[in-house]
Amino acid sequence: MNKIVKFSIDGVECLATRGQFVVDAAKENGIYIPTLCNYPGVKPKGGCRICTVKINGKLMTACTSPVSEGMQIENNANEINEIRKAIVELLFVEGNHFCPACEKSGNCELQALAYRFHVMAPRFPFSFPIRKVDASHPKIIKEQNRCVLCKRCIRAIKDYKGRSIFAYSKRGNRVEVGVDSKLGKELTDELAQKAMDICPVGSILVKEKGFYQPIGTRKYDKNPIGSDIENLVVSKP
Amino acid sequence: MKNAIIKIISKYNKDRTRLMDILIDIQTEIGFIPDYAVTQIAEDLHMSEVDVEQTVSFYHFFSLIPTGKYKIYLNNSAVSNMMGRAEVAATFEKELGIKFGQLTPDGQIGLFETSCIGMNDQEPAAIINNLIFTKLTPFRVKEIVRDIKEEKPVVEMFSASFGDGKNASELIRSVVSNNIRKIGPILDPNYKPGEAIKQIVKMTPTQVIEEIKKSNIRGRGGAGFPTGLKWEFCRNASGKQKYIFCNADEGEPGTFKDRVILTEFPRLPFEGMVIAGYAVGATEGILYLRYEYKYLEQYLEDILENARKKNYLGKDIGGKKGFNFEIRIQFGAGAYVCGEESALIESAEGKRGEPRDRPPFPVEKGYLDMPTVVNNVETLCSVVKVILHGGEWYKSFGTTESTGTKLLSISGDCRFPGVYEVEWGFSINDMLDMVGALKSETQAVQVGGPSGALIAPNEFNRILGYEDLATGGSLIIFGRSRELLNDVVLNFTDFFIEESCGSCSTCRIVPSVLKNKLKKILNARGVMQDIDDMVEWGKILKASRCGLGQTAANPVLSSIKNFRHLYEEKVQKNKVFDSGFDLSMAVKEGSEATSRIPNF
Ligand SMILES: Cc1cc2nc3c(=O)[nH]c(=O)nc-3n(C[C@H](O)[C@H](O)[C@H](O)COP(=O)(O)O)c2cc1C
Ligand code: SF4
Ligand code: FES
Repeated sequence: MNKIVKFSIDGVECLATRGQFVVDAAKENGIYIPTLCNYPGVKPKGGCRICTVKINGKLMTACTSPVSEGMQIENNANEINEIRKAIVELLFVEGNHFCPACEKSGNCELQALAYRFHVMAPRFPFSFPIRKVDASHPKIIKEQNRCVLCKRCIRAIKDYKGRSIFAYSKRGNRVEVGVDSKLGKELTDELAQKAMDICPVGSILVKEKGFYQPIGTRKYDKNPIGSDIENLVVSKP
Repeated sequence: MKNAIIKIISKYNKDRTRLMDILIDIQTEIGFIPDYAVTQIAEDLHMSEVDVEQTVSFYHFFSLIPTGKYKIYLNNSAVSNMMGRAEVAATFEKELGIKFGQLTPDGQIGLFETSCIGMNDQEPAAIINNLIFTKLTPFRVKEIVRDIKEEKPVVEMFSASFGDGKNASELIRSVVSNNIRKIGPILDPNYKPGEAIKQIVKMTPTQVIEEIKKSNIRGRGGAGFPTGLKWEFCRNASGKQKYIFCNADEGEPGTFKDRVILTEFPRLPFEGMVIAGYAVGATEGILYLRYEYKYLEQYLEDILENARKKNYLGKDIGGKKGFNFEIRIQFGAGAYVCGEESALIESAEGKRGEPRDRPPFPVEKGYLDMPTVVNNVETLCSVVKVILHGGEWYKSFGTTESTGTKLLSISGDCRFPGVYEVEWGFSINDMLDMVGALKSETQAVQVGGPSGALIAPNEFNRILGYEDLATGGSLIIFGRSRELLNDVVLNFTDFFIEESCGSCSTCRIVPSVLKNKLKKILNARGVMQDIDDMVEWGKILKASRCGLGQTAANPVLSSIKNFRHLYEEKVQKNKVFDSGFDLSMAVKEGSEATSRIPNF
């Protein structure tokens, strides 16, 4: 069986292993498809919809769709980039994101995507929701104003018995990511840090620690999000 | 109480995939899901409490706080409003002395809103402790509230006689009416249960699939996927077990035909499930029934029990060695999105009803990750008729592209709302004649429920069928006097906001943004640009994961397309920009608190 498949992104011929998700396959070919809810090594759940591409003419999420032979993918097209930019703006107006005061500024993927998509001001009216800051857990603060509901923490952070520490509650525009009050107490330093690192924005913060790395020297301060992939030297398999 | 909970959890073998049943039983027993129940479930099912709560809080009919001994859920669909819901709602509030979403101070009575409960032909309707009350009037509400205050059992509160047909039967005893107005092959009263089973045991599974394919029948749940092909995919998929789901979530506002089938011809979809099981090689079937139809539970269980006795279910069905099939009923708990097939599967596995990413499709990887067929109630009924009379016969009904008949659920401004079985290819014009609606008095018809389209009179010659107006069968007629934007578009948009599962950013945020724009226009603060913005912004929803999000802008988009003048009449012509911000409203609360009148 031939495991290598040929497919194209914006007309450029690419090779990848069959069954790989489109985002990963694109990455191996030096093509950046913007993502937000996706995280390497964590089971994808197409939630943010930012990785939307057109696969054989249909809108699909690149983080959840496996590549197959002959797939034609549109990525860097106006229509698609417009949707992505709109989604970034939607996430900004949905919550309360005040970048200058945020511990994650410079390491924040939402902020970085906004820069990448040249978001000056969102086209949508702000909703200024009233959200709470949950500081009741010994190790972490859950800052609901900044949560983008990507489910990364829900999917990736489990206790030693495999139980979820984070989970959604409610539905629709009332959903929230909550922290288990019991398991939250037992959170190890290591897991707390992992949760903070996995959160794309500043919604999970480790307590008693802040601004370790000065603003200006952080991940996206110098190079736009995705540039690491685009500058990758691709070695064709 | 704790013991009762432990017993319930044990009844389902501490099986995490049966969390829905556990929660439904606890909710029924105690009236809500108390903290200690969450703790117990978490412990026994080896999950965290927050994980239990994420399922509980997803469903409308579960509650983590007490909701009263008497729980009143008044439907808030557009048609309910048209039929006088406002007065009914006001009477409930006045008589009970509480607002919607509240409990009486003694904690006895709770009053809540709920999305369409499948009674659009007999609105306003409410569910009180799982029993349905239809055609409510302020007078009736007063009687009901009086009875409640006297602590009468809810079953004794019916004043009218029971509904028609099986609604009056011993095991249902409901005031719901079937309102079957036109019958065809599906609603044929001469149906003899079991005949089709006798037929298939003489065929091979592949022959069954071939016959279904020959009929060209497509799914009646809305998406219109060819049924034979779906079964074939599932048959060819590998898995040590396979499952057949009958989708009776019927949540699209305006549809109620599945309820009527399940009341009058319940053996039909069950027989269809057995046929599907035989064809794809599945031995287990699940009827996923919306919680709103809980009043049918005993009746349906009894039908299943009888089928077992007759050997239409169970082992060696129809005398065929090794042909085994069982059916169980899985209730939902109030979530429209659970009608989406993969959300339905998630829900049946005891989780939040969030649709899955596809691929993989349920036919490859569905319930418990096994190949699964999900079919609508009506599809499974049609299948029985195809087996009985042949695919060729079936094709003699309808059009080339849309074969067979379709059950329509018709409601709104017409003389004879109810269920009609017609051949595909029926035009809107013919439909209006059939139901006693004057064309001159009809302003619009909503075809396919809120996720469908709002059609204007100039398009009434269009036909129902996959080639033109594809529909799950919800047709709502709006007369001249209706304010389409306020009564229909706003109501439908609210429906989508309420029912989104919330996991896609697009579906979670855009409908509210559209609603705010619409309200701005309705408040006479809109400008032309707002209409164009809505058209542009509606497109973003196309990037959503499931059909709910993908169609959530349809009320807005189809009304702008077909009734643009209604929007243009309302926007300010002399302005190109208006922020919509109302300073006096924004400072109202503060002004009142300080008794100061701002001078702007
Ligand atoms: C939001 C949403 C709600 C749905 N609700 C229902 C429903 O209540 N009943 C139904 O049969 N199909 C419903 N569907 C369609 C199902 O996903 C699926 O296509 C159908 O059950 C397949 O059966 P069929 O092929 O027999 O039509 C819904 C789809 C979406 C996106
Ligand atoms: S489109 Fe809406 S309902 Fe469907 S999966 Fe996305 S958020 Fe959930
Ligand atoms: S990254 Fe694919 S949907 Fe979020």
